[in-house]
Amino acid sequence: MRGVAIIGVGETQFGELWDRSFREIGIEAGLKAIEDARIRAEDIDALYVGNMSGGKFIDQEHVSAVVADYAGLSDSHIPTTRVEGGGACGALALLQAYAAIASGLHDIVVVGGAEKMTDVGDIQAAEILTSTADQEWESIFGATFPALYAIMARRHMYEYGTTREQLAAVAVKNHRHGALNPVAQYQKEITLEQVLGAPMVADPLGVFDCAPLSDGAAAIVLCAREKARKFCDTPIELVASGQASDTIALHDRRDMTTMDATVVAGKRAFHKANLVPDDVDVAEVHDNFTISEIMAIEDLRFFKKGQGGPATEKGETALNAKLSVNTSGGLKARGQPVGATGVAQAIEIVRQLRAEAGKRQVTGAEVGLTHTLGGTGATAVVHIFRRMK
Amino acid sequence: MATPRFWREIPSRYNLLGTRCGSCGTIDFPPRSICPQCGRKSLGKMTKLKLKGKGSVISYTVVHEAPSQFDLMKPYVLAVVQLEEGARLTTQIIDVEPGEVKIGMPVEVTFRRLGQEGEAGVIQYGYKFRPVRD
Amino acid sequence: MVTGIVSYGGYVPRYRITPKDIGSVWGVDGESMGRALGVKSKSVPSPDEDTITISVEAARECLKKVDIDPKDIGAIYVGSESHPYAVKPTATVVAEAIGSAPNLTAADFEFACKAGTAAIQTCMGLTLSDMIKYGMAVGSDTSQGAPGDALEFSASAGGAALLIGKKDPVAEINHTVSYTTDTPDFWRREGQQYPSHGGRFTGEPAYFKHVLSCAKLLFEKAGTKPEDYKFAVFHQPNGRFPMRSGKTLGFDETQLDTGMLVTRIGNTYSGAVLLGLCSILDKSSPGDRIFMVGYGSGAGSDGFDITVTSNIKKLKRTRTIEDMIKNAKFLDYATYAKFRGKIRMRGE
Repeated sequence: MRGVAIIGVGETQFGELWDRSFREIGIEAGLKAIEDARIRAEDIDALYVGNMSGGKFIDQEHVSAVVADYAGLSDSHIPTTRVEGGGACGALALLQAYAAIASGLHDIVVVGGAEKMTDVGDIQAAEILTSTADQEWESIFGATFPALYAIMARRHMYEYGTTREQLAAVAVKNHRHGALNPVAQYQKEITLEQVLGAPMVADPLGVFDCAPLSDGAAAIVLCAREKARKFCDTPIELVASGQASDTIALHDRRDMTTMDATVVAGKRAFHKANLVPDDVDVAEVHDNFTISEIMAIEDLRFFKKGQGGPATEKGETALNAKLSVNTSGGLKARGQPVGATGVAQAIEIVRQLRAEAGKRQVTGAEVGLTHTLGGTGATAVVHIFRRMK
Repeated sequence: MATPRFWREIPSRYNLLGTRCGSCGTIDFPPRSICPQCGRKSLGKMTKLKLKGKGSVISYTVVHEAPSQFDLMKPYVLAVVQLEEGARLTTQIIDVEPGEVKIGMPVEVTFRRLGQEGEAGVIQYGYKFRPVRD
Repeated sequence: MVTGIVSYGGYVPRYRITPKDIGSVWGVDGESMGRALGVKSKSVPSPDEDTITISVEAARECLKKVDIDPKDIGAIYVGSESHPYAVKPTATVVAEAIGSAPNLTAADFEFACKAGTAAIQTCMGLTLSDMIKYGMAVGSDTSQGAPGDALEFSASAGGAALLIGKKDPVAEINHTVSYTTDTPDFWRREGQQYPSHGGRFTGEPAYFKHVLSCAKLLFEKAGTKPEDYKFAVFHQPNGRFPMRSGKTLGFDETQLDTGMLVTRIGNTYSGAVLLGLCSILDKSSPGDRIFMVGYGSGAGSDGFDITVTSNIKKLKRTRTIEDMIKNAKFLDYATYAKFRGKIRMRGE
């Protein structure tokens, strides 16, 4: 297996992009990434597209073909594949690309992630998100996505004394970071009072505990590590990945306050990378809800179980703390066009390791990590990146 | 939900039909054809049984924002309930004030409307749970 | 040969509203309306309840008291005037939900408030002829009155199920008689949301004529007098009609009180006289004799002469009708209107 590196990245603005269609945003991100990588269309061997539900959001299945076509690649007839795994699909698409290059199947691969969530009403969009939970035994009983995470939050509060203020601290921190990120959906700071006083969505999670609905696309170009410097002065190596699954229904999990899929995916990634959590300087974790970030930093073993809340409250995950978490603003402030999330997280890490993160730069960042979830934790993907010397 | 898909699960939705693994004795709800613990050893050994419908609340939330079919029920309590037999399920807790629900609260099964496929469509029924009031 | 009630169970929804709160919205003195009707509060079903869910709950309560195999129930009939479907029976859902399906016959009955008692008579016939071992007769309703109409003050929700059979009944049904005519006192046309009624015509020519005529037939057939009975229960559209009937026939308040639930839960239509009977059975002792006459508009009365047996002591203890009536949460008119679908929602 050969090493794999990232040689180009590109993304659209994230937000409510009323004027832009799914095809437009997918192409924009892809073109930016290809220019950044200084490759030509003919160089691309394959395309992997992360997209959670083109079928339900825009009535379009088979988006892999749509994206390749509108990117002008139909004449070259490149292999193009859509990857789905709930909210993890962008990270899973990245993993497929990694495997294709590492195994020698392809040399240069483009990974795109895109989602257009605002064409349907927001109530319908929320229902579509819930389709990654258990349709037969959760959704039909009135389980919304926020409700399932709220159930985890309440149990976490019950077992470890995590407070609503600690949950809110995640949102406040991520909005502060988002304010430094030009592509973020929300570039305004918020206060703890605003978070605590916001209308309830599913107790104890209020409006500001939940990531927004967003449109957006992000793309990455990868190639074999040994060839990376041909294209790029600052290639970033995708050192290792870990992926894991768990029960589809939250009620079947071993422990409601721990995402075993994250624990296992993390262990697998660290093991293959020959690194430990302490080595990580900057991490993008899946904060679709404030409780998710708290559980993620515990389950990735950055902090002990139950300590995620206090650590966040004390600022131990802020920009340039011992571990900088979600410097992009996270899903919360940067936005979560579902298919794009995993790719956008990787792009933030690449920018940090290239020292191109501007006002939100983590000083001396060498090792970065992304963590992406599908459903309520039925899928977890962890990627570890390192600056190539 | 499409009619045949809902109808197929009526034994479990109305009567809490689950399965017991003939190999390790673990009880699953809804029914499974393979025990997650035993894998292939359990094939052909999963027997059906009706769960009694008594359990307690493991965790819960009060849902304020919900799809339109739940407009009349908002805000409603959604909970994970652990049944006496060991299996867990997700369900609404009804006949209770949201503030009354506590982790550990004993609950029992009731039969309620879950929704309908529109005003002219099939009505879907199934389990919800209420506090045990003695 | 006698058949009887092997077990019984009822269900009353948790929510309530008072005539005062209804009246205040419609510019009516609700408290005096309540006094005139003899109704202090009525039951209101939750948005996720309907005649099917109430029938299932009542049927399950019935079976909780005894150890019989649901597969031995050969017939299930549900009487109501608020079946959720115009076509697709309530009875089949009950059959599945209590584990009796598929080897049984089932159907829904309609005869205004006496659909439940008609179901009892059918089950009696099937069990007496040994066509089936047990039959279940259910009467339940979630009826409505038009907003502001007199009926709105009393129309409520509830239901009860009686398991009929010859084997070890807790109460034997000694006699049943009926009195039926074509009398249009109260009706609802297909497609109409609310029923209509003939005002004062619903009294003498309708309720009283049929209840009293049926009662007289029952006394004759049974060869009994009012003094022979410990309890009497009549259909209760309000608190006045059954008391007046009872006293006209020679019963006194001590005999009538136990079965009178309308004061606290309103008129549960097809469930009314069956719930009254369940409440009596909860408090009865072996040897007690019960006089029961239902009434359904359109019009007809079914009467029953019942004697409680020693088997009543063998029933398992479950929630009583009193327990259910006491488990009450009062609503304001807005919430009640929302629950009862009186507010037009988007898409309707």
